[in-house]
Amino acid sequence: MDQIILQFLNGLDKGSAYALIALGLTLIFGTLGVVNFAHGALFMIGAFCAVTVQRILTLSTVVEDPTKTDFLGNPAKISTPYVESWFGPEMGAALIDWSVPLAILFAIPIMIAIGFIMERGLIKHFYKRPHADQILVTFGLAIVLQEVIKAFYGANPIPTGAPEVFRGSFDFGVLIGFDPNAIIYPYWRMVYFAFAAVIIGAVFAFLQFTTFGMVVRAGMADRETVGLLGINIDRRFTIMFGIAAAVAGLAGVMYAPINSPNYHMGMDFLVLSFVVVVVGGMGSLPGAVLAGFLLGILEAFASMNEIKAIFPGIDQIIIYVVAIIIILTRPRGLMGRKGVMEE
Amino acid sequence: MSNSNFTRRGVLKTGTIAGAGLALPTYLSAASHAGFTNAPTGDTVTLGFNVPQSGPYADEGADELRAFELAVEHLNGQGDGGMLSTFSSKVLDGTGILGKKVAFVTGDTQTKSDAARASAKSMIEKDGAVMISGGSSSGVAVAVQGLCQEAGVIFMAGLTHSNDTTGKDKKANGFRHFFNAYMSAAALAPVLEQLYGSDRRAYHLTADYTWGWTQEESIAAATEALGWETVEKVRTPLASTDFSSYIAPVLNSGADVLVLNHYGGNMVNSLTNAVQFGLREKQANGKNFEIVVPLYSELMAKGAGKNIAGIVGSQNWDWKLENEKGDRYTGTNAFVKSFGEKYGFPPSQAAQTCYAQTLLYADAVTRAGSFNPCAVVEALEGFEFDGLGNGPTLYRAGDHQCFKDVVVVRGKENPENEYDLVEIVEVTPTEQVTYPDDHPMFSGGALGSCNPGA
Repeated sequence: MDQIILQFLNGLDKGSAYALIALGLTLIFGTLGVVNFAHGALFMIGAFCAVTVQRILTLSTVVEDPTKTDFLGNPAKISTPYVESWFGPEMGAALIDWSVPLAILFAIPIMIAIGFIMERGLIKHFYKRPHADQILVTFGLAIVLQEVIKAFYGANPIPTGAPEVFRGSFDFGVLIGFDPNAIIYPYWRMVYFAFAAVIIGAVFAFLQFTTFGMVVRAGMADRETVGLLGINIDRRFTIMFGIAAAVAGLAGVMYAPINSPNYHMGMDFLVLSFVVVVVGGMGSLPGAVLAGFLLGILEAFASMNEIKAIFPGIDQIIIYVVAIIIILTRPRGLMGRKGVMEE
Repeated sequence: MSNSNFTRRGVLKTGTIAGAGLALPTYLSAASHAGFTNAPTGDTVTLGFNVPQSGPYADEGADELRAFELAVEHLNGQGDGGMLSTFSSKVLDGTGILGKKVAFVTGDTQTKSDAARASAKSMIEKDGAVMISGGSSSGVAVAVQGLCQEAGVIFMAGLTHSNDTTGKDKKANGFRHFFNAYMSAAALAPVLEQLYGSDRRAYHLTADYTWGWTQEESIAAATEALGWETVEKVRTPLASTDFSSYIAPVLNSGADVLVLNHYGGNMVNSLTNAVQFGLREKQANGKNFEIVVPLYSELMAKGAGKNIAGIVGSQNWDWKLENEKGDRYTGTNAFVKSFGEKYGFPPSQAAQTCYAQTLLYADAVTRAGSFNPCAVVEALEGFEFDGLGNGPTLYRAGDHQCFKDVVVVRGKENPENEYDLVEIVEVTPTEQVTYPDDHPMFSGGALGSCNPGA
């Protein structure tokens, strides 16, 4: 039982990442009708926002210390972060320690700006082109973005830790009445799940309860009529692209402590996220979230030794097997509109 | 109006050029038939450095490439000469190889066997490379070694740790300086017994490909010989990025040691996940839970950050060897100085093995007096040398594997700087890591005979 609960928690976590990326993908597809293969790269750029903030906060003065030597026998160079000089050692160390949560503030404007530039600078020229062209150009853009990141940050993963208070794990089992040490779960993964829930809730609330969101939803249903009412729907859709980019970016920022960021992490998530979107139903926001969590949980359970003993290798194919079954039996996906993928 | 330019002079000129063009392939094949594939005819000789320049091991590839460039500089008499002065063989004098200046071409393996074969093929066929070296994966090494055997050039393997490279997939034209999974296990086992005792229960997570399988087999056999019990062996997909669902079953499996048969990004992520799940603080069977990473690298330690602290593993070489373990490892400081002054940081073990391989090839050609692969094979087989940083070393004739001491390291708890990530726990002597060349873990293939190609 404890293993089942653990894998369920793992599934929620994997599902959180899948759902956040798929949510952004679906927002873009639902508003602009563009299949954005660069979306995984936006997730990766988000993670590198965390790396960048960590680097900015650790920028240091370098002074030679003649009492110590470096690996070549020359006087060693001692670094003192500027934030420690400016705010005192304790406050400075705390700022560095909290670099990932602080990166959220940095990432929001950066990601929205990247979203605007991508949409206005490149993707808008492909609205009337076939989906295949859109996929090719956005996939090409994803490769360019990851190569730029590699050129600046290198190919090696860069450790980007969570704040000290959220490192390590806690006894989740005791919270729900199990024996001590039966279910141990990392703090930061719980934070990630809670963060994902807040972001997903905020996006839905924004679309549901604001005038802007209402117009966007109307535009998703009938773009032409909304346009005829004198509303500049294109501008609103551009803003939605920026919001979708920010959602992917924030998913990446908060993911940085779970696995050290590297330049190809976007590609690792991209294909899975597309499967999630297709399973959930192209254009359906609740479908993307539901499918994200569903596939995350299924993937976690398929990794259990007991399941693999019966179906060897199932952990490697489970997501695709489920996707095939759903697309064959219900081509529009779990919650997709009739017509999409059924033409 | 006609635009024809046919004139008697034009036809003669065209005919001469066409004739020369048609004769060219005959000339080339005649040259190659004169002895062997890509016999150097001008005043330069071309070496092919095939490293991952893209993909997850690109940083490791970049370090390998730095080492290759440094080796070429030293062979051509530039720079401070590095290990040429400490190498026990004294035939290299900085005038190139057999009087020919060394040139090189590079290829991108992408850490994919097919891409690595394609780039090696291009370097052999289009650039005339007479030797291929480099790589950062056993899958790639086995594939490229096979290609070099067919093409008739020498393959001086870079970073490849699977037993199979000099085991069931060994080839007469291929040579490996780097150590292997069996040697890691043989070096680690006594240290593990000393640190953690002989009554342990181990859980293995293993990357699902040639290297992972032989690593798991080797370390399981070595630890079981100590009295350890293997609780579970779980294969993880090579493309995995989040290992949490593989770590979770470890928690209540009854194991008190987790062995991560992972490398590169896989290892960074699986170790990070294991630490996140509190395995380092966990108690099991009345003992502290331990994590072991049989194959270590400095770049992996850097990627794993603080999570690497206290984790034990093995290395082929470490840049601190000579300073900490004395003159037996002479050559280490010469290489670190040369590399450090050029690039500003200490070399990785991948860089050291690639540098050593280049010098060993150049030396073998010089001693043989020929670039003919069969002469090189003869010069390298059974060759004993010293001064390349690993202590006295033998290139065994039976399988083309180098035998030398193995370094056991542990992640530093409080590194003083970004290069000081691991501490040397032990250096296991060659005798303890040597095995007969018909050892069951290495059986199943045949070295065959050298192929000069052409």
